[in-house]
Amino acid sequence: MKRRHFLSVIALSAAATLSAPMMAHADALADITKAGVLKVAVPQDTPPFGSVGADMAPQGYDIDMAKLIAGKLGVKVELVPVTSANRIPYLQTQKADIVISSLGKNPDREKVIDFSAAYAPFFNGVFGPAGVAVSKAEDLGGKTIGVTRGAVEDLKLTEIAPSSATIKRYEDNNGTISAFLSGQVDLIATGNVIAAAILAKNPPKKPEIKFLIANSPCYVGLNKNEPALLAKINEIIAAAKADGSLNTISEKWLGAKVPADL
Amino acid sequence: MGYIFDFSSVLDYSAVLLKGIGITIELILVGGIFGVMLGILCAWTRSFGPKWGRWIVTAYVELIRNTPFLVQLFFVFFGLPTLGFRLSEMQSASLAMVLNLGAYSSEIIRAGIQATAKGQFEAGASLGMTRLQTFRYVVLLPSLQRIWPALSSQIVIVMLGSAVVSQIAVEDLSFAANFIQSRNFRAFEMYFVTTVIYLALSFLLRQLLTQLGNRLFARRAVR
Repeated sequence: MKRRHFLSVIALSAAATLSAPMMAHADALADITKAGVLKVAVPQDTPPFGSVGADMAPQGYDIDMAKLIAGKLGVKVELVPVTSANRIPYLQTQKADIVISSLGKNPDREKVIDFSAAYAPFFNGVFGPAGVAVSKAEDLGGKTIGVTRGAVEDLKLTEIAPSSATIKRYEDNNGTISAFLSGQVDLIATGNVIAAAILAKNPPKKPEIKFLIANSPCYVGLNKNEPALLAKINEIIAAAKADGSLNTISEKWLGAKVPADL
Repeated sequence: MGYIFDFSSVLDYSAVLLKGIGITIELILVGGIFGVMLGILCAWTRSFGPKWGRWIVTAYVELIRNTPFLVQLFFVFFGLPTLGFRLSEMQSASLAMVLNLGAYSSEIIRAGIQATAKGQFEAGASLGMTRLQTFRYVVLLPSLQRIWPALSSQIVIVMLGSAVVSQIAVEDLSFAANFIQSRNFRAFEMYFVTTVIYLALSFLLRQLLTQLGNRLFARRAVR
């Protein structure tokens, strides 16, 4: 999270110098429909949101989302690979029409671009097997929770967990995962993406979300002053939530349904 | 060279640090005492034991001496629970340290035994002692005395090697250092303090072992 934030500050300062004169623009939605192509900035180094598959084709939650939106707009999709540092500059310099790149919302970013409704869950929380009855921080008393030392979850959990809870801190995510799977800890505090990576391996102990620690869902990013495009994308996301097609994508890549409050 | 040291941010966490020192000392006491006992047992078995015993000890010694301590630790902590044999992180760390020191020290002690003159065994036998009695009362102490400096070094090495047990969340001195460093971001000060503490611990341990040696072997000033 910290790194994401840091990179976004760099990206923003770069973007501010590059793109200030290009802000004024006509109706992007009309342009996209006319061109018949939707250029989407997607990650290629952030599984399960975006990575390169064995066949060298991009794949992931964000790629499926890009295809879904382009499909609903009735245009072809053109995937533009970006990094977390350059995704906002790509948008602002018209190299991409929209950004679907596990993009979180924060006040700095809201100054330069607009955000759609949330399309993907991204959160830190406490996870554990179905049998462990925990639904809030107070329930952790007497339990052993594994966490990666120094991560956001660690700092937050140290604050909110009752003193009778035992927090075991491991060197990296792999240590935390191993401790959970080998039964050395009852629960783990980690990101939903890490939990999905565990689920993907089909372990005997399945990490289920118990409660949230920090929530920072992903949004589609687009240029400011594009009310028509923003309304259209929000409409597509709302429809995808309603008809279950977003759940299909979420279950495919994150191993869990989209949370109801997204 | 514009760095300004700020040790007060480390002192804020002195309770965590003290607890870490305590656990490191506990680990080396358990590991050292039981490790050397295991070492003596294995050295005896490999020198005088039955053939199958020698075979087992040789396999154990080679296995431990030819794999990294960190892997042994992970095997005990993450591997054994899969077989239904779950140990806490402290038990796992102690067990791994005992096994590790046991293997190395058995080879050091065996060298001491091999350097014992044949006449010593014959003398024991002629006094009507069994082989075990000869080992216990005639051979063991002089053997240990011969290799005491090497054995002391090995115990210090194992104590320093115990720094890796923080990987399985044992809250030893290294864990305390990493923990504090992840909270106050004063890495340089933290590792500076940690280095000094490890240095002091090694020095004290070496002194302790030298004193222990003097006491154990006092009656054997003449060889």
